[in-house]
Amino acid sequence: MMKKIRILIAKPGLDGHDRGAKYVARALKDAGYEVIYTGIRQTPDAIVKTAIQEDVDFIGLSLLSGAHNELFPKVVELLKSKNADDIIVFGGGVIPESDIPGLKDNGIRAVFTPGTPIKDIIAYIESAK
Amino acid sequence: MQSLANQILKQDIRAIARSISLIENDTDVSQKEALIDVLYPHCGNAIVWGITGPPGAGKSSLLDRFIELLRQNDKTVAVIAVDPSSPFSGGAILGDRLRMQKHATDDGVFIRSMASRGHLGGVAGATSDAIKIFDAAGFDYVIIETIGVGQTEIEVMELSDIVLLVLVPGMGDEIQALKAGVMEIGDIFIINKKDLDGADRLKSEVEYVLSLKDSTEPDSNHPICMTCATQNDGIGDALALIDSYFSNLHDDGSLAQKRKERIEKELKHIATTKIMASANRFLNIDQRLNGWVEEVFQKKVSPYKLLNKKIGEFLKELDWQ
Repeated sequence: MMKKIRILIAKPGLDGHDRGAKYVARALKDAGYEVIYTGIRQTPDAIVKTAIQEDVDFIGLSLLSGAHNELFPKVVELLKSKNADDIIVFGGGVIPESDIPGLKDNGIRAVFTPGTPIKDIIAYIESAK
Repeated sequence: MQSLANQILKQDIRAIARSISLIENDTDVSQKEALIDVLYPHCGNAIVWGITGPPGAGKSSLLDRFIELLRQNDKTVAVIAVDPSSPFSGGAILGDRLRMQKHATDDGVFIRSMASRGHLGGVAGATSDAIKIFDAAGFDYVIIETIGVGQTEIEVMELSDIVLLVLVPGMGDEIQALKAGVMEIGDIFIINKKDLDGADRLKSEVEYVLSLKDSTEPDSNHPICMTCATQNDGIGDALALIDSYFSNLHDDGSLAQKRKERIEKELKHIATTKIMASANRFLNIDQRLNGWVEEVFQKKVSPYKLLNKKIGEFLKELDWQ
């Protein structure tokens, strides 16, 4: 059997808009990945602990509330503090272009904004795995 | 391998998580086996539950409540939640932990989602060894949540000390319950969503079916409890029933008997898998298949005749005949 890529799709913070996250989860399943979905309103701590228990290769964070500059880097920071920064973090949602360089400086490896074709996300995972 | 095993014994979360991936991926069989070899002497202390039932019966929600109570009693809990892999893409959505996510930050709870990866029977191929890892790591309870099962996904009974069968009203009449299969594997019957119409009726149907079963096995005494997981109703009573059922198993020696039967099945399974793998390698079945298909298609030979001959040659070469 081959190594399966495992991806955690999580929604940090107080944002109940999970349609995008569910769409991405479903599309990644169809692309052959194992996707762990934890639902809405997760704390960065819960996300990181889940990612470690599930031994995922990637964490995909979805946020539409505007708190991405706070919550995305917090996840990366917590991963580092647990020596788990080999897990790759990417993000998506309503994120202004101007915020993307800052997120990348803080360890978010890729950011996908609305309208991104799913094949771009899959191509990213394939290139980064 | 020794150092990974030592970390597992110290309940290092990352080591446990990684070793489960090692087992699941099965890319390095000798490494996997070496790990289990080292851990095995430390196994046998955990109480292993299986929780099974049809999709949507409330297995994850019940489990969430049970974990809450077990944590109040200072017990540590590991959960292996199995969901199906897509037969087409090989991918999976693992969503069982969604209902248990409030325990995500509790260090006494370890939830691991597992995709079935083509394994039939309601669990994954790696489930059995994953139980051993959690057991060796010292978790008090290891709970396997199966795929939502139909009527034949009964492998969980070969892995657990106690099987909780979760049923809900509205799944059909008692003829469904009379059929062979999943009804026969339950040690404890939990009727969830007891607030729904038909819950009492379902209870009497289950009682009726169990009373028929009792006449042939006089020692079987399967508790039935009624719960509503979302309202947190009946959970304490159910847990008390499960605990006393387990104590009885333990005290009258049937737990040891059960575990021996489990080992017997496991040994048979490992033997078959290993023999099959070497036979496949030796016979080179995949390579030769094309030629064989043609022969059988043209009716030069029947399937049985062909394979009896080939396997006969194989065994002769091994000097087994």
